[in-house]
Amino acid sequence: MSVATAHPAAAPARPPASSARRDGAAQAGPTPPAAVTLAKALNQALADAMAADERVVVFGEDVAELGGVFRVTDGLAARFGESRCFDTPLAEASILGTAIGMAMYGYRPVVEMQFDAFAYPAFEQLVSHLAKMRNRTRGALPTPVVIRIPYGGGIGGVEHHSDSSEGYIAHTPGVHVLTPASVEDAYWLLRSAIASPDPVVFFEPKRLYWSKSRVRLPVTTGPIGTAAVRRPGRDLTLIAYGQSVPIALESAEHARGFGYDLEVLDLRSLVPFDDATVMASVERTGRAIVVHEAAGFAGFGAEIAARVSERCFYRLEAPVLRVTGLDIPYPPPKLEHWHLPSVDRVLDAVERAMAA
Amino acid sequence: MTLLDLPLAATRGNPAAAASYWDTDPLRYLDEHGAPVEGGLRPAPEMLAADRLLAVYRSLRLARAFDTEATALVMQGHLAVYPSSRGQEACQAAAALCLQPQDWLFPTYRDTAALAVRGIDPVEALTLLRGSWHCGYDPKRWRTAPQCTPLATQAPHAVGLALAAKMAGDPVVALCLLGDGATSEGDFHEACNSAGVYQAPVVFLVQNNQYAISVPLRKQTRALSLAGKGAGYGMPGVRVDGNDVIALMHVLDEALERARAGGGPTLIEAVTYRIRPHTNADDAARYRDQGEVELWLSRDPVDRLARYLTATGRLDAGLDAAIGEEGAKYAAAMRERLAEEPHVDPGDMFEHVFAGPTPQLRAQRAMVEAEIAAQSADSSAPTHGEA
Repeated sequence: MSVATAHPAAAPARPPASSARRDGAAQAGPTPPAAVTLAKALNQALADAMAADERVVVFGEDVAELGGVFRVTDGLAARFGESRCFDTPLAEASILGTAIGMAMYGYRPVVEMQFDAFAYPAFEQLVSHLAKMRNRTRGALPTPVVIRIPYGGGIGGVEHHSDSSEGYIAHTPGVHVLTPASVEDAYWLLRSAIASPDPVVFFEPKRLYWSKSRVRLPVTTGPIGTAAVRRPGRDLTLIAYGQSVPIALESAEHARGFGYDLEVLDLRSLVPFDDATVMASVERTGRAIVVHEAAGFAGFGAEIAARVSERCFYRLEAPVLRVTGLDIPYPPPKLEHWHLPSVDRVLDAVERAMAA
Repeated sequence: MTLLDLPLAATRGNPAAAASYWDTDPLRYLDEHGAPVEGGLRPAPEMLAADRLLAVYRSLRLARAFDTEATALVMQGHLAVYPSSRGQEACQAAAALCLQPQDWLFPTYRDTAALAVRGIDPVEALTLLRGSWHCGYDPKRWRTAPQCTPLATQAPHAVGLALAAKMAGDPVVALCLLGDGATSEGDFHEACNSAGVYQAPVVFLVQNNQYAISVPLRKQTRALSLAGKGAGYGMPGVRVDGNDVIALMHVLDEALERARAGGGPTLIEAVTYRIRPHTNADDAARYRDQGEVELWLSRDPVDRLARYLTATGRLDAGLDAAIGEEGAKYAAAMRERLAEEPHVDPGDMFEHVFAGPTPQLRAQRAMVEAEIAAQSADSSAPTHGEA
């Protein structure tokens, strides 16, 4: 169903500067581990979760024989059988609704929405049922479903293939919203999402699917609800998530040339939001810029800016700025570079914040 | 006039369409006077056994008593809203009675009487409509999903639960209740389609009560039979007289057994009528004639079974009065318990958003608790001007 199938050549992925060492679990062996892509880490997380718990089932469009249009479910049907990993009719509300019913019976469904903008038909199931079932039944009927959504642009996709829909979901009480930016987090956050007693919307930054890290899986990183400091710095905090994390890190490298020492946070978990790590950073630096691809107006960055202003107002040396996608429908691939947050735009914002 | 006249409302001026309606004549055992129809359904002898039918009759009377009392309670302000199922008692009772304990029921907001027949405490069943919480009963204990208010969105859940049971090898069937309006929703289509593909052990029971609030069926669909939609999903579609409880239970039993035996889903359309307005807040006089309501009152599902039982010597005036007394007692207990102000706990709002509270929810809960504490301090202190 996808019009554009992204491929590595179209996505010059910048390897995230995160490292397993910072998170602590990978051991340096006698031979260095082979490079693993983010997509492969997700694939292994699914396989390991299915091997560990027979209640875990994976389904969606094209996930079985094909292995998913991004190959994240590659080999699962062959290894675990088509009752554990199966193709569904092309019907997103039914995919999520079926998952909710299976979770009511005790299963742990992990469903794939093929692309961000194709997940919208499932929105009502998410908002009215998935997010509320535990609450409306006073805890009697939790629905621990994981919805995987490849999201974001920069892959040359034609319309409806590049949306960043995390803001709609994060606004909905009752679901966790995670998005990894590193290979290590991709593995561990997905394992954590599947093990979580709560429903999780797991946004996969599709431009980073082919980013690599030399890591021996399985690996553990931080728990759900914790942000990671990807680069410590003293002058200003760049707050990013998903595919904006490498942009923030590259911006920080450039800024060093101007004499600015920037801290970079990778939120990883939009819900629950790690106020403690974010505020501690801004208390140290006194300045904050939020970077994300979604349109800025009423976007997730507005929430971050408000939270920082409410909590760190007397420490702030400058207004909290946002570098985001434009307030336009996602543009065609030949124009998308104007829309996406760039290192230049981040550096412009850094100049303004530092001049304040 | 017979039941068969009804669909003509949708086919006025279209004789060809009317003709095809005769092909989809609802299945029946009893006519509207309670006499067996010649050439009608032939239910199994167990279905027609006296003790079985008297139990069904008791359930119809219970559903009627429940609905009547709930209608009175909403008028008195003890419920926030009540969507009545008066006239649909055969569907309500049959849905609950045909299920085995391990089967799951997926009800809508209009199916509270079915919950009562299933055995759920009326106070728990009416929690949603009383407004003291959303779902007042334990869905796992009663194998009954929370009543669904958005239309048809529970249908994919029923499919998912049925698929899960099938995968686990359990002899469990899911019964999904829907109204005629819900068949226009995308989730109805997606659920039926997926149920067919997965051969899920699920039965969809559409209570075609002719109206979605004010919109009559002819504005809902050009299809001449809702049951006919089953063909598009590769499942049997059965159109049955929804006020003939014997026919309905026969059809339901057959569909549930087929599902349980691995034969896949069934779509049942029960032709019935919503006697009362959509809810207490609705004014049905704006969109339908009282004459139509009177016609359907003459087809009452409770009276129909009573007449049959009386004619076949299984019910006499004494027994009927005794059964009526059981219903009156049930209603009196409802009245007494629901007239009390319900206990609500603001802590509940925070308790089950997630398995454990987030730091943000902990802070918001503390704020509300401080407000409650301040309020109770205020109410015990002398009144002060600008509080």
